[in-house]
Amino acid sequence: MSKSEENTTDIQRRKVLVAGAAAAGVTLVPGVMMIEVAQAKPDAESASRSVRWGMLIDSNKCKSGCDDCVSACGKENGWAKDKTPMSQKPQWMRKVNLKHKATGKEASLPMMCQHCEKPPCVDVCPTGASFKRTDGIVLVDKHTCIGCRYCMMACPYKARSFVHEVIEDHDSYMPRGMGTVESCTMCVHRVDKGELPACVESCKEKAILFGDLNDPNSDIAKRLKEYPSRQIRADLRLNTGVSYEGI
Amino acid sequence: MKQNAVKKHSRLYPCFTSALFTTLLLAAFFVSPSIAGVPMPEVPKAIKGESCVEDTAFMRRNHMEVLLHQRDKTMREGVRTKKHSLTGCLNCHAVKDVDGSFVTIKSEKHFCNSCHTYAAVKIDCFTCHTSVPQQTVGLRNQ
Repeated sequence: MSKSEENTTDIQRRKVLVAGAAAAGVTLVPGVMMIEVAQAKPDAESASRSVRWGMLIDSNKCKSGCDDCVSACGKENGWAKDKTPMSQKPQWMRKVNLKHKATGKEASLPMMCQHCEKPPCVDVCPTGASFKRTDGIVLVDKHTCIGCRYCMMACPYKARSFVHEVIEDHDSYMPRGMGTVESCTMCVHRVDKGELPACVESCKEKAILFGDLNDPNSDIAKRLKEYPSRQIRADLRLNTGVSYEGI
Repeated sequence: MKQNAVKKHSRLYPCFTSALFTTLLLAAFFVSPSIAGVPMPEVPKAIKGESCVEDTAFMRRNHMEVLLHQRDKTMREGVRTKKHSLTGCLNCHAVKDVDGSFVTIKSEKHFCNSCHTYAAVKIDCFTCHTSVPQQTVGLRNQ
């Protein structure tokens, strides 16, 4: 494919994405939408240093008992089809129900890698396999992961899983293998193409907002500025990329 | 001092011999594939395209370096060019079985195996990566 052809397809795909997002987006206040269109990165370019990808999850909209985001994640990234027994099965994302002891207020929210600015999993990794990409996405380089699971111990969010059994049914865009640790990649293979992470796309309530935290004009940054939100275990000062509303 | 030198030499000697032997074998294979008496690996032809992304002779010797470089670029930096990607290799160098399906790395017929079995070099790319070309990709295409 020539360069101009590549560009044309890119623009066309972007147009479709924009149109789809505009149709599906829910307007909250003028200029703030719960769906945001991510910018596609050219294939030959490195992840940008000026971007920090993040998510804002509205637990008021998140329904207890619904696990559309979790199943979408499992399907997209392939961990749902593992035949490992449940006790050892990898789980990149899970639903958590909270109840305030005094008031009885209940909340439901999805929990996964929080993509910390200062990730403890990266600090403890003896081989440098656990790393943070320049755009803030925390990943495991399985080429160098020795499966020691220090990162799993260090993570305050219990976000990482170990692959115990041989995997045979691989997807080309999401390599996974026995003896390595894995976790939410913020669907980096989709984000690099300008698509939304699978969980964001699958949420019928539009409870998950994805975008660039560093861009003051992005919907996520605007909403974070306007409404109160919380980082889980903010006392650890990890400055997570994922924030929650309504808890 | 002299003893040490002898010891070192004796340790190096078998290694050197085997290296020389391998080089000779490879030289025989690459320079004149028709040499009589030496069994040669049967390398399957790519299913599409006339030429590889790089010169064939270069790829035979350096494909692992090319893949390693691409691997780090993609994983660490997010560079997703297609030219040197493993997926790209597999899309062209795929081998079909008698029943028409693509053979996996478990098969002796697999493109990578055709040489790697011959050279007795173990590859572990496919404990994590798929060893067949992929038609449908992920949730978004379903």
